Amino acid sequence: MITLGHLLTLSAVLFALSVAGIFINRRNVLLLLMCIELLLLAANFNFVAFSRYLGQLDGQIFVFFVLTVAAAESAIGLAILVVLFRERRSINVEDLNTLRG
Amino acid sequence: MLVQVLFYSFATILVAAGVGVILARNPVYAALCLVVCFFTSAVIWLLIEAEFLAIVLVLVYVGAVMVLFLFVVMMLDINVEELRRGLRRYALPGAVVTAVLIAEIVGVIVQRRLGLDVTRGAAPLPAGYSNAQELGVALFTRYAYAIEIAAILLLVAIIAAITLTMRRRPGLKLQNIAAQVAVRASERVRLVKMDAEPRS
Repeated sequence: MITLGHLLTLSAVLFALSVAGIFINRRNVLLLLMCIELLLLAANFNFVAFSRYLGQLDGQIFVFFVLTVAAAESAIGLAILVVLFRERRSINVEDLNTLRG
Repeated sequence: MLVQVLFYSFATILVAAGVGVILARNPVYAALCLVVCFFTSAVIWLLIEAEFLAIVLVLVYVGAVMVLFLFVVMMLDINVEELRRGLRRYALPGAVVTAVLIAEIVGVIVQRRLGLDVTRGAAPLPAGYSNAQELGVALFTRYAYAIEIAAILLLVAIIAAITLTMRRRPGLKLQNIAAQVAVRASERVRLVKMDAEPRS
């Protein structure tokens, strides 16, 4: 029997892994985008788990919308990445210093 | 029992693939590990009987988003070694953050129990229950406006992605259709009156 605790722990591990990935790969924009996808997956895990264990479908519908937004985000993010690479010949975060941030 | 064995084995694969995503040397391997992550998550969602979302996850993520990622990875000519130079420097803070986050969240789950009984399984679904049907009914009644907004969001994303990546290359020879259509016969054909040449 899979309990709610199992799923929440798994999702916590996944979430923490993707946060660590953002720390480790903080130069590579492409891997940052992938880590964000992983992070959203961990969040979706929680939604599905709570929806199933509380017997309410609304959580799963929310996952549906999160998937929509994540797909839009990655499409636009990758488009920006392609344009960026065309301009700079690099996707290193440290090269993006035009705004002196 | 079987469900538990399946859950633990797929959870192990999921976490291992997650580690692969963040530590892979090559971005293509990272993308493929992410595909494995999505597949195993879909299987776990099937195990807790969220069938529709499991299929959607495979179709949308593995079928569309990850293919997009792979296309972009292969289109860009990235110097991987240069991007990975600082990896060892950030590995320690990354590991510390991971450990603290896991400890915090698991602590909350175990200690506070979220006001729920986290140690029980889900209530069994009634016979003849269809996850896809229930979701469809909810999406097209209570959430009808929300799904239309989602559709518009996707349209905006399509248009934004196309306008961002479309470029006008200099020196490209294109038709000017308006000029072609607006042209008059008098601008192209000149009728010349001349005497017939005498036969020699």
